[in-house]
This record gives sequence, C-alpha cells and structure tokens, in this order.
Amino acid sequence: MTANDFLSIVPLFILTSTAILIMFSISVKRNHKVIYAITLASLLADFVYLMVYMRGTSHSIEPLFIIDGLGVFYIGLILITSLIVAMMSYAYFEQREERKEEYYILLILGTLGASTLVISKHFVSLFLGLEILSVALYSMIAYQRKRERSDEAGIKYLILAAFSSAFLLFGMALVYLVTGTMAFEGIARHLTANDGLSFMLFAGLGLMIVGVGFKLSLVPFHMWAADVYEGAPVPVTAFIATVSKGGVVGLLIRFFVTLNGHQYPTLVLIFTVIAITSMFTGNILALRQNNVKRLLAYSSIAHMGYLLVAFIAGNALGTEAVTFYLVSYFITTLGAFGILAMLSDTEHDAEATEDYRGLFWRRPWAAATFTAMLLSLAGIPLTAGFVGKFYVIAAGVNMQEWLLVVMLAVNSVIGLYYYIRIIAIMFEQQTKAETSNTRLNPAIYIVSSVTLAILTVSLIWLGVFPSGLMGIIKSLL
Amino acid sequence: MMLPLLIVWLMAGGIIAWLIEKVNASLSKWIAFLALAAAFGMTLAWWMQMNTSGGLNVWLMQYDIPWIPDFGIHFHLALDGLSLLMLTLTMFLGLAAVLTSWHEIQYRVGFFYFNILWVLAGITGVFLTMDLFLFYFFWEVMLIPMFFLIIIWGHENRRYAAYKFFIFTQASGLLMLLAIVGLYFVHGIASGTYTFDYFQLLNTHFSPQTGRLLMLGFLAAFIVKLPVVPFHSWLPDAHSEAPTAGSVILAGLLLKTGAYGLIRFVIPLFPAAAAEFAPWGMALGVLGILYGAVLAFAQTDLKRLVAYTSVSHMGFVMLGVFAFNALALQGVVMQMITHGISTGALFILAGSLYERIHTRDINRMGGFWTQVPFMGTIGMVFAMASLGLPGLGNFVAEFLTLLGAWKATHILTILATIGLVAATAYSLRIVQKVFLGRSEQKFTLPDLSFREKMILVPLVVVIVWLGVYPQPVMNTVKEVITLTLNPTDIKPTTPQISDKDIQKGGTHDRK
Repeated sequence: MTANDFLSIVPLFILTSTAILIMFSISVKRNHKVIYAITLASLLADFVYLMVYMRGTSHSIEPLFIIDGLGVFYIGLILITSLIVAMMSYAYFEQREERKEEYYILLILGTLGASTLVISKHFVSLFLGLEILSVALYSMIAYQRKRERSDEAGIKYLILAAFSSAFLLFGMALVYLVTGTMAFEGIARHLTANDGLSFMLFAGLGLMIVGVGFKLSLVPFHMWAADVYEGAPVPVTAFIATVSKGGVVGLLIRFFVTLNGHQYPTLVLIFTVIAITSMFTGNILALRQNNVKRLLAYSSIAHMGYLLVAFIAGNALGTEAVTFYLVSYFITTLGAFGILAMLSDTEHDAEATEDYRGLFWRRPWAAATFTAMLLSLAGIPLTAGFVGKFYVIAAGVNMQEWLLVVMLAVNSVIGLYYYIRIIAIMFEQQTKAETSNTRLNPAIYIVSSVTLAILTVSLIWLGVFPSGLMGIIKSLL
Repeated sequence: MMLPLLIVWLMAGGIIAWLIEKVNASLSKWIAFLALAAAFGMTLAWWMQMNTSGGLNVWLMQYDIPWIPDFGIHFHLALDGLSLLMLTLTMFLGLAAVLTSWHEIQYRVGFFYFNILWVLAGITGVFLTMDLFLFYFFWEVMLIPMFFLIIIWGHENRRYAAYKFFIFTQASGLLMLLAIVGLYFVHGIASGTYTFDYFQLLNTHFSPQTGRLLMLGFLAAFIVKLPVVPFHSWLPDAHSEAPTAGSVILAGLLLKTGAYGLIRFVIPLFPAAAAEFAPWGMALGVLGILYGAVLAFAQTDLKRLVAYTSVSHMGFVMLGVFAFNALALQGVVMQMITHGISTGALFILAGSLYERIHTRDINRMGGFWTQVPFMGTIGMVFAMASLGLPGLGNFVAEFLTLLGAWKATHILTILATIGLVAATAYSLRIVQKVFLGRSEQKFTLPDLSFREKMILVPLVVVIVWLGVYPQPVMNTVKEVITLTLNPTDIKPTTPQISDKDIQKGGTHDRK
C-alpha cells in the first residue's frame, strides 16, 4: 500500500479508529458526555479533512476502491449527516435509561459502512460496506430493547436485511459466473464485448436490484419501512432514512454508470416500474396515516421513487439531479426527525398527529421549522425540496420520459394532501392545556435548536440560491 | 431597481408586522396599512409618469440579474401597462383588505397581516416577472399564505376549503411547470440557448402537436385559477370559508392572475395552438357565464352567492381572451379591474353584515334598508355594477367583450348576452333579500362605521369613474394588447424610466 493509497482513505481510517477509541473509552469509564464529544469531534475532523485535502482527488486502490469526485462528495454528505444525527442523539438518549454509550460506536460503524459503499468498485468492497452498515443498523434499531416495538423492528429488519443480502450475494455470484470478474469495470467490459444481456446475467442483475431495492425501501421491497421507522429510536430512524439510503444511492449511480446500464431497455423498464409503483404506494399508504413516523416512512418510499425518475434519465443532468435531490432530501429528513426528537419526551416519541395539534401556538419555532420541512417534502418554492423536484423534472423532461414525469406530478399532488394535513393540525387552535415537560440541561437544548436552525437556514438558502450547490456538484461529478 | 424593491418592501412589511405583534398587536395593522399605502402611492406615481411621458415604450422598467445561471434562470422583472394596472389594483384592494380586517381579526393579528402582505407580494411577483421559472416560483409562493389565511381565520368548514383550494391550484400548477420545462428544452434544442426568459421563448418554433400539449399545460393552471367551469369547484368553498380579507384577495386578485396568465403567456407563446383552441375556449367561457349565473341565483349563503357570480363574470374573460381581437381584450382588461373592485366590495359588504348579525344565510336577512341606509345604497351600487348597469365600470367591460366576441362568433355571443339577463336576476335578488323585503328576525344593526365608509366609498368612486371615463385604463393597455395579438413584435426594448437597472444576463449555455 503506497502512501497515496493510504492518504486517500484516511476518512475511513479516522472512522475506524474512532470506533476503537470509543470502545476503550467506555471500558475505562462510562461517560455519555465524553463519548458524545469524541464522536462529534472525529466526525467533524473527518469532514474537515475531506474538505481540505481531498478535493479533486482521483485515485483508485486496485481492485476495491475508487476515490473520485462522486465518492468524495458522497462521503462528505454522509459524514455531515452522521454528525447531525449524532448531535440530535444526545438529548434523545440522555432522557432514556438505557446504556447510551455503545450507540455511538454503532453510529460510527454505520457511517463507515456507508462511506465504503460509495467508493467501492468491486463486489467485495460493496458487500463489505453493505454488511458493516447493516450489522450496525440491526443493533441500532433494537437499541432500546426494553421497548416492545423496538425489538419487533430490530428483528424484522434483521430477517429482511439478511434475506436481501442473500439475494444480493446470489445475484453477484450469477454475474461472476457469466463475466468471470467482480470488478465493475470488468463487468462493463464483458457487456460491451458480448453486446446485450444474457439471461443469466440479467437474472444476476435482477437479484442484485432486490438487494439494493430493499435498502432504498423501494416497492415491492418496502414492507419493513413503516415498522422499522416506527420502532427505532428517532435519531436511528433519521440515520436509516438518510445515511443508509444515501450510501446505496451513491453505489447504485457508480455501478449503473460504469455498466452503462441505461442502454438496456429491460433494466430501464424494471426501474421505471419500480419508480412508479414506489411513488404511488408510498403516497397512497401515507394518506390516512396518523402516526408521523410511519407517514414519513411512506413518504420516503415515494421520495425514493421521485429520485429514481432522475436516476433513470441517466445522463450527466440526471446524476446531478439525483445528487441535488438527495442533498435536499437529507436536509429535510434530518430536520423533520430533528423536530420529532426534540418534541419527544422520556415516555414516548412525539409520533401521533395529536401531539402536534396547535403546536404553532405553543412552540412557534419548532412548528415553523417542521412546516418548512414539510413544505420542502411537498416541493413548494422557497425550499430546497422545490429546486430538487424541479431538477428531477428537468432531467426527466430532457430525456423525454413523459410518463415518469407526469406520474411524478400526479404523485406530488397526492403527497401534498398529507403534508398540508399535518401543517393544518399544527396551526389549529389549541384545545388541551399546555403540558409543561421537564426540560433538559439548556446547553443540550441549545445544541438541538442550533442544529435545527442550521438545517432550516440551509433549506431555505438552497431553495433561493441553489446555484452554489449546483456548481459544486457539477464540478465534482 | 424599484421593481424588486416593491416585492421586498411588502415582504419586509409582513415580517415587521408579525414581529411587532409582541410589542403591540394593533401596531401590526398599522404597519400593514402603511406598507400598502406606500406601495399604492408608488404604483400611482408610476402610472402618472407613464401618462405624462406618453406611450413611447411598452416596457416602463426592467430589472434583470442572473439567478440560477446553470439553468439560464434570471430574476427578470418588467413593468408594462398591463402589469401596472394589475399592480395598482393589487395595492388598492390590498388596502381595502387590510382595512376591512381592522376589527374582524382579533386572533394572531401579527401573523394574519404577515400572510396578507406575503400573498400580495407573491401576486406582485406574478404580475411582474418575465422569466417563466420565476413566474412559477411566485405562482406557488402566493398560495401558501392564502392557505394559512383560510385555514386559520376561516369560517366553520375552513379545513376542507383550504385543502381543496391548495390541491386544485397546486395540481394545475404542476402541469404548468411540466409545460414550462418542456418549453425550455424544446427551445433549447431548437436554438441552442437554454433559457427561461419570456422574450427569448416567444419565438420558439415547435410542431403543432408539441405546441398544443405545451399550451394545455399552461392553460390548465390558468383556467383552474380563473376558474372556468368545470374546474371551478374549489372557488365557492374557498371564497365562502375565507375571512373577508381573504375573499377580497381571492376574488379580486388571485382570479386575475389566471386571466393575466392567459393574456401574457398563453396567447403570445402559443398563438397557433391558442387560435385552434379558441372556439372551445369561448364555449367554455359562455358555459361558465350561464352556469355561474344559474348557480348564483340558487344560493342562500351570501358569500357563496357572490362567489358564483365570480364564476359567471370570469366567463367573460375566457370569452374575450379567445375572441382574439383588440376590442375584446380591452374588455377583458376592464373586466379584470372592475370585477376585482365590484366583487371585492360585495365581499366586504358580506363581511360587514356577518360581523353584525353572524350569519351569511340570506333567508334570515331582509329589510335592512331602514336600519342601514348607507350600507344599502352601497350594496345597491355594487349589485347594479354586477348586473352591468351603464355608467358603472362593469358595463364598459362586458359591453366591449361582447362587441369583440361578436366579431368572432355570433351564437356564443348571443348566449353570453343571456348571461347578462341572469346577472340582473341574481343581483336584484341580493338587494331584495338583504336590504328590501320584510325582516324575518329582529336584528339591530348599526350603519357603516367611518372606517367602513373609508373602504367602500373609494371603491364606489372608482367603479363610477371606470364607468364614465375608462379611457385612461384603455390607453395604458392599448400597446400591450396590440403586441399580444402580434407576439412576434414583443421585444424587451430599452426601458423608459431608467436604464441603469439592466444588467447583462449570465451564461445561458448549458452543455
């Protein structure tokens, strides 16, 4: 391993050593604050390192990794997202009795897994990354094991994720059988040499789509989403919705672009069907939900469908659109779950729509933030979500995918109903008397509020001045 | 520079009105009032300036800076006669809306005026923008404050009404967005310049089929907003459930954005496709006139009744726009203004009645004239305006529209004229049921207060002025109408008031 190789994967090393450091630190003395500080500091340091030293890196470590603009951008996105998840975790876990410190090890490991995914160019590193991510998630979801639904969610995720990993492995095996290589480029070479997909290869790719589709909670592999979102602790739900999905999207883009998958109509058709069914299923199931976590779960299914519209478009504009959409979706999701975490008390999470009745008059800032996030999810101007949706539509129209684009428009309207329903509930007049919940240490409170404020500001900033981020994305991809 | 300032001014006014509530709730309304008064003064000054300097140039002012250069999106505002008239109307009715809420709104006052000013800012943006992306942006921005106005301060069934309003407009707006993006790429592929700029997109060449589809996208947004039967069903709910100020803004201004869109975008951008659609457009217009009138006659809820009269009156807009001649378009512009004023006034009257007797059911009203002669007189004036009495603005508008439409189609014009008869029926019914007849119940109601007179008397003055001397309005838009019918001549010529504000755009190229 050359020095250059080493330098280019320093971000992964930082994460690995942080995990070990936290483990040692716990064995010396359990102290939530110290562990929290270590986590934040290392994630921040990692992100700064990435920003300062890794811009414009283009380096590959044969045969497993390729660190290029796309990889660096996605790692950066994953790191900053994990950082925000970690920030909102402290207040949430401090209120709860379980041993909290190990959670941060899992968080770091999950981040490591997702970061590995986005720079893989080989089935081995792909699987390694995916499994690190999944194993961390199993325990994170069931972390509050004394709560009934937490167990259920954890087991459900464990079984289904193991299933989907098996599918993925089998698919990889079939692809390997036909092409004789596990490197993405090798597969691509095989494809161009033999023009067209043989049945075996097609079956292999199809099985791999099952594995990937599960992680992205695309229909018909979405069954776990609502239960897991509901059962997992709020910060973990935020983590699943963002980091875990972002990593897989990064991988999917790399794999598909390398294979030049857009030239195979059958694959495009499969993704088109998945996109349309995801949009409809997600939105229709969300319509009558009274549990905000489940509602966000279904809405995330629909949003992954929207994302696929740009993904299917495929060209440079499509990739930009996917990435921009992902960024805006991350901000929005983190903001929404951040509010959920902030409003949750020791007994239960703030997940029933009833908890939000009249929120605007009790806690105007929290409600305004949540409103902004919901409007962004609905794609209303002045928010990042609108620019993201515009980008996706532009990518779709550019490739003349009228069916998908019209479906997207129809679904935006369906989706609008349940977003504005929550907003309407928040603005309703209050009926019950204000319950004074015991507030935490103000310092912690400030951290949560500042995080949310930053998210809201960036949401609106991206909605009004998106060209900065567009430029960055364009220069990196 | 003045144009973006106007929008920022309203938005800033809204924020201050909201924040100042903490200090003193009644300061909020003063802030809103002053902000709008200044804006109204500004638009009046521009109008004076335009009249004195003569129609040398169509575009009085422009402001153009790149916003999202990657997509060729500019923050491009421009003011011509049509925009100017619409802006003046916006500020005028905005003032009326603020004044009418003076005592009606007692709850979350600051946030209320914030929403009022932001919806007006959005409308101002819609009337000014010359970039299609920006247009869509403002088109959506004006929805959210309106949604809040209905859902927080509305009447009993406000939730249903607010959802319906939002979803109808959003759905049709998305179709427009698709058409806008489609137009962007069609133009980009044909010319190599990817831009959302109105002036550049004007002369796009496309196949008739493409033109038809793209036009339908735009049309969808505008005819839902206008509204045209059968896409009108959001309107009676939204109008009757909204607070008075909300109804005034909805009927007086939001509907006009639909009409404005037809004149500004549909006809110049897609002249061929629009000509093809014209017979259907006029037929839909006539259908709206008759259907709205019949339903208005059948209503017992006063606000709902007035809402259906809007459907009927907006049918004339549809008829006139698709008649494709200058006379009819003059009528349409007049109709936009006079309908805004007369319907706004009727909603204000309904609101003042509701404040006094807490019902909107006209079966429970009657015989109010003896108690409130002043209010009765004003009600009479606007009922007459609504039925198209000569001497009041609406007559000029409808007469011109029918005159123009006669050139295009005889049968439909005759049918539309029948609508005027129906209008007489429902207008007189308002006067009969509310002010005349015998009172069923004993209400004691005070006559209009000074504040209410301050709102309604200027409206009466304006409607009479427009009825007897509409020439200034017509002069203001004459140029615009000529250009609308010959869209190839529309050019972003150098502005007349100040040319410092024009900056060169960013890169349109998108590789």
